[in-house]
Amino acid sequence: MNRTTGWILFTILALVGLVGVFLRFTSGRDLAAYGSYIPWGLWVATYIFFAGLSAGAYAVAVLGYVFGVEKLKPLAPLALSFALACLGAALVTVWFDLGHMERVFYVFLRPRFTSMMAWMVWLYTAYAATVLLALYGLWRSNLQLTRIALMVGTPLVIFYPGAAGALFGTVVAQSLWHSPVYPILFLFGGMLSGVALVTFATAFFTRRDDPGYLERVHLLGRITLGLAVLYLLLEWAEYSIPMWYQVGHVFEALMGVLFGPFWFVFWIFHLLLGMVVPMALLVRFPRSPVAVGWAGFLAASMFLAVRLNLVIPSQVQPQLKGLVDAYRDRRLSYSYFPTLFEWSVVAFSVALAIAIAYAVIWFLNREKKLEVTP
Amino acid sequence: MPENNSTQPSSDGLENRRDFLGKFASAVFAGMVMGGAAVKAEGAKSPALLPAKSPDGPILPELEYEDVLMRMQRELEAALERPLQKWVMVIDTRKCVGCHACTIACVVENKLPPGVVYRPVIEEQIGEYPNVSWRFTPRPCMQCDNPPCVPVCPVGATWKSADGIVDIDYNACIGCRYCLTACPYQARTSDFGDHWTDGTPGQGQMPYEEVPMFEYGKEWKREDHKSPVGNARKCHFCRHRLQQGLLPQCVTSCIGRATFFGDANDPNSLVSQLTHKPNATRLKEELGTEPRVYYLV
Repeated sequence: MNRTTGWILFTILALVGLVGVFLRFTSGRDLAAYGSYIPWGLWVATYIFFAGLSAGAYAVAVLGYVFGVEKLKPLAPLALSFALACLGAALVTVWFDLGHMERVFYVFLRPRFTSMMAWMVWLYTAYAATVLLALYGLWRSNLQLTRIALMVGTPLVIFYPGAAGALFGTVVAQSLWHSPVYPILFLFGGMLSGVALVTFATAFFTRRDDPGYLERVHLLGRITLGLAVLYLLLEWAEYSIPMWYQVGHVFEALMGVLFGPFWFVFWIFHLLLGMVVPMALLVRFPRSPVAVGWAGFLAASMFLAVRLNLVIPSQVQPQLKGLVDAYRDRRLSYSYFPTLFEWSVVAFSVALAIAIAYAVIWFLNREKKLEVTP
Repeated sequence: MPENNSTQPSSDGLENRRDFLGKFASAVFAGMVMGGAAVKAEGAKSPALLPAKSPDGPILPELEYEDVLMRMQRELEAALERPLQKWVMVIDTRKCVGCHACTIACVVENKLPPGVVYRPVIEEQIGEYPNVSWRFTPRPCMQCDNPPCVPVCPVGATWKSADGIVDIDYNACIGCRYCLTACPYQARTSDFGDHWTDGTPGQGQMPYEEVPMFEYGKEWKREDHKSPVGNARKCHFCRHRLQQGLLPQCVTSCIGRATFFGDANDPNSLVSQLTHKPNATRLKEELGTEPRVYYLV
């Protein structure tokens, strides 16, 4: 894909996104499909998708600077740019989801720390500070500062995806969410998708004449493969344990995921395109940058399907039988499919992430702080 | 004359019967509306008596009783004299006829917009035709003693009050809807800013959409994007009515006298007596949320 095509695609994405944002500010949530019985939809799924991408990208920088994986050290600017961009996109997406966007700062002014959401906001803030500090260190060639920031950020990058999982896992009312495996799934899911994103970018957008290029791509491909295997193992636990004896609400909810009207989200987007194809590429062509790059792209982008299946199916299960017929309204429904409006806001978030990542990389490149990007 | 004599009593009897039925209807109607009006059961320590028997014979059994609404009103006033109340609601599912009057009365009382409902009545068909029966389950907020919706709020905009009602601060709620996902009874709904007149011909909103409502004792008008638009909303046992010495609207509007309300701190109150019955149960007891809404089954 040449530069012009890239700009054209980005412009289209940004324009669609701007329409969505304009509608969000002018018509509120009128055009969104979620309601009171399914309160969280595409935007929340996109939020945790981007949050996971950010954590995984950050982990690459941590591997280089904290754990001394020298091959990955040159990727730190790229990884941190992605971490910042994805975090920004995540927070903007969930901001659009609020009923009172103007009150978002209340989470700082009057937090209640019994809430996992409050914890997550504060962890995000601390995490964002370490990302900015680490980037500042790179800009100022103060690599010690970068290292310290990343050391401080190491526990944060473990806790905050875990807290995102706990945000769902602690909800007793939602039988599908209420599982100890959720925080672990979120942690490793974030790592997988974020590392896969950096793998994709490294394969396609870093200098191929760099002596360490092939080794870096190979190593990232191996890490992505290992994380994918680990994630599948966790997912097997998530599905097989509640489904084994084929009774109960969780079983019914998971059957809905596997064989319900949106079965293709699991089987096609997640399992086939997000797992099987990337793993096959990584196993068959571990040293081919193109194959590894595409594997990274698929594993990262298709992870949105995983996020959708983590957020929505639990809410589709009525808490009280017959409630849906007790009072009829479009907001009191147990069926949900995102509207074009919701997708257009997601397009804005993607465009925003690309813009932030591009701007940071462009800036660092101008300052000659990048070792591997063109 | 004998004919006259013979017809006179019957005419009197007819008049008496009319008179009796008129009084009876008035008494029933008064009982229905008294809780809804600002009526104080002043000195009403003596029970309100319905006509015990008809002039022509025992249409009603020899029975003196106090209408439960009158009793609850009297107990409510007594409870408000005490420093602390423990509000409890009891719903007799055997008496509920599924008329949905409580749902509508609640909508009217709180000027609820489309998509926001505090007290739907769940209808379930039991059995298969022709051997069927119906079960009606009104579902207000359970005002749980261990409310799962409270600790999840990231800004502390909802809390458990001393009297047991779970309150929401509309001016603090950020509209994240975490509490909606956390409620195992789905008793919270989000106000999306919809109006009943949306998409209808005509200009603007109807007057009933513009009048204020008084939830939590404050005046709220649904304008533009101001609270409660964008907020989580739910039943609050009509706290604003309680503050005025009135029973919740769903209680006063129940035509079957199937909903009871009162202070469980008074062991002699109607609700205390009802909650101690062996057929009193609560929804999803296994979750440990300790609801304050009991069902008689």
